[in-house]
Amino acid sequence: MKLAFWRKSSPDDEKRVAEATTPASNPLAKVLRRFTAPEPDWREIEEALLASDVGLVATTALIQAARDGDGADGRSRVRAAALSLLGEDPANLNDEADVVLLVGVNGVGKTTTAAKLAARAKSAGLSPLLVAADTFRAAAIDQLRALGVREGVEVVEGRPGGDPAAAIHDALTLAAARDFSPVIIDTAGRMQTRSGLMDELAKIRRVVTKVAPTRTVEVLLVLDGTAGQNGLAQARGFDASAGIDGIVLTKLDSGARGGVALAVRRELGLPIRWVGTGERATDLVPFAAEAYVDGLLGAPTGS
Amino acid sequence: MFDALGSSLRASLRRLTGSGRISAADLEAGLADIRTSLVGADVAMSVVAQLLERISERARVSEIVGGLGAGERMLGILHSALTETLGGSGRDLDLRERPATILLLGLQGAGKTTTAAKLAYRLAKDGRRPLLVAADPRRPAAAEQLATLAAAIKVPMHREPIGTPVAEIGTRAIAAARRLGLDVVIIDSSGRTTLDDELLEELRDLRDATKPRERLLVLDAATGQSALAIAEGFKSIAEPTGLILSKLDGDARGGAALSIAGGAGIPVVYVGTGERSDALERFHPERIANRILDMGDLATLAERVRDAEIGPMAAPDAEVRAKAAEARALRGGMTFDDLLGQLRQMSSLGPIGQVVKMIPGMGGMAEQAEAAVASGELKRTEAIILSMTPAERRDPALLTLPRRRRIAAGAGRAIEEVNRLVKRLEEMRTLMRRAGGGDPSRLMGGGAGLPGKHAGGRIPPKAAKREKRPKKGGKRR
Repeated sequence: MKLAFWRKSSPDDEKRVAEATTPASNPLAKVLRRFTAPEPDWREIEEALLASDVGLVATTALIQAARDGDGADGRSRVRAAALSLLGEDPANLNDEADVVLLVGVNGVGKTTTAAKLAARAKSAGLSPLLVAADTFRAAAIDQLRALGVREGVEVVEGRPGGDPAAAIHDALTLAAARDFSPVIIDTAGRMQTRSGLMDELAKIRRVVTKVAPTRTVEVLLVLDGTAGQNGLAQARGFDASAGIDGIVLTKLDSGARGGVALAVRRELGLPIRWVGTGERATDLVPFAAEAYVDGLLGAPTGS
Repeated sequence: MFDALGSSLRASLRRLTGSGRISAADLEAGLADIRTSLVGADVAMSVVAQLLERISERARVSEIVGGLGAGERMLGILHSALTETLGGSGRDLDLRERPATILLLGLQGAGKTTTAAKLAYRLAKDGRRPLLVAADPRRPAAAEQLATLAAAIKVPMHREPIGTPVAEIGTRAIAAARRLGLDVVIIDSSGRTTLDDELLEELRDLRDATKPRERLLVLDAATGQSALAIAEGFKSIAEPTGLILSKLDGDARGGAALSIAGGAGIPVVYVGTGERSDALERFHPERIANRILDMGDLATLAERVRDAEIGPMAAPDAEVRAKAAEARALRGGMTFDDLLGQLRQMSSLGPIGQVVKMIPGMGGMAEQAEAAVASGELKRTEAIILSMTPAERRDPALLTLPRRRRIAAGAGRAIEEVNRLVKRLEEMRTLMRRAGGGDPSRLMGGGAGLPGKHAGGRIPPKAAKREKRPKKGGKRR
């Protein structure tokens, strides 16, 4: 329906996912191109997957599945294994979510992601509302205000040093009164090891449900594409406190391949929902598994 | 910090040290475990290979296989390989110039701005007079963020209107520093998600205009395999002179330190360990290798105690008071005031888990200690002590049942908790009298070691002496 429309991937979006995941130097692509025979050197492929931050557990699982599977060459076997690991794109209930809560550790790009999501919703004809609930980081509210002005999206601001839940309460009340949807909430970055801050997040989550019981809420964990295996620890920590519905993988244009998302998908079953591909407001596109895997593995031989 | 890497490495070592002699197969299995640990800690694959080669070569040379004391020697080999890869003895910043210029580099979200403020705070504490410079002409609110942080730590900050070319920002900032008599200029450059031509040009301009002797790369400790590529990228633009690893207070394993020091030859100079402005520590390769192997890091702990003791926040007579408290404790006359002082001192040292980890052999206890903090136990103890009168704090013998009831009500705790605390203090007194000093367990479990800066401020030495006499339970005011 209308609300879900802005989340749908276009062919152009898919191209951007593949491009962003294909960095200038891709060890995995290089290795895979060399093995045109059905039985490649799995050890080298393993090293290359590890070098893409896929992690030991997911890499071992991928290699095993690829060895057990069929295919003309190493690349197609790994590709099939990776796609089955990422799973079918589920008909996601959260497509209808009209409150999006962005959470994550410091510096992963939550604030920019909030603005990009709002820009995308707006260009799809919706009337989004941004909520600056990062009351901790110096000038985070200023940053979102500036981005809101640039995208022409209204911003509800928390009070620096104040209770983020209060700002969220105000925003949801305003959204009900003036028909804003979706409501996109930017929260303060926090380490998943800080139990006090994790409790605060759990409280924020409860406030959202309490104030807007009829709205569908989607909690998105923003993961830095350059993150290594600590991304997995982040996903576990945030899932335990706030209940994660999906992942936003940012900074994929940085040359990192975001392989940790495969590990997160395997270990926690969390789907990747969005991919950040650059610094412009339009550089956030829905995740597309095939495009992502093709980018990660590089172009097939001869193409 | 580095604890996950440490604990899995230690597990590998235990397997190696379990038997007296190591067979060739044992060694191979051990090396495979070490590889797993390093990969799991996000150490770059090329550096992993390099480390493993170094370790197995040394194991061969020192004839580990079949020899005696293999475990100990293997530990030594691992330790020296890690230390060397991390950059040997470490280095100090070159800040001889007046003003000395430090340029901070890094990708977006690495923590440059926060780190700039921490560095300024640290240098100011060391007696330097820093100027913070916002040289990010693009990111909305970047300068505001730096301004807020600068105001909080009372360090002057220089900014120019949006759109000012960075070279101009740099030259004007240095001129301003000269004019104001400031001797360190810390430039916070702009971040990008990628090393594009625009950033390349900007950093080159900034570098040409300010000629910074120190160019420090700031990198998120959670960075994975791309850490080395990021470092190499910045190397080609600005030749970083050192690395600051930020956000090491989470559970990131910090393998990036090994990747960048070992792979790109950029030594780690500082690590960021928290959100507060004072959460920046000098990086000592030797000590970090110790920590990874759970050999403890008493040197860093001692520094923190000293900083907390004679830092800008401490009272001028802190040292005198601390000595008095310690002397009292050793005579077995420890008071609730002393205990309170210690509790506060512990929290001023930083998160308790970090503190515990620095004590040799206690790495594993960090979680327990964190749990005690998380459960609010320390806070509750503090509340109980604060509900006592000054006289009661000095003399537990005063604590009759009605008084204990009053204290329990005042602190909002059960009377049993008050009883437990009184008992604990009495046990500590006995323990201290027996130990009489020198026992390292004083540092933690015994609880009487750390001289408290708040300790016993109100007690004149005479009162402390009197407490040695047998208690009569009478009033002594």
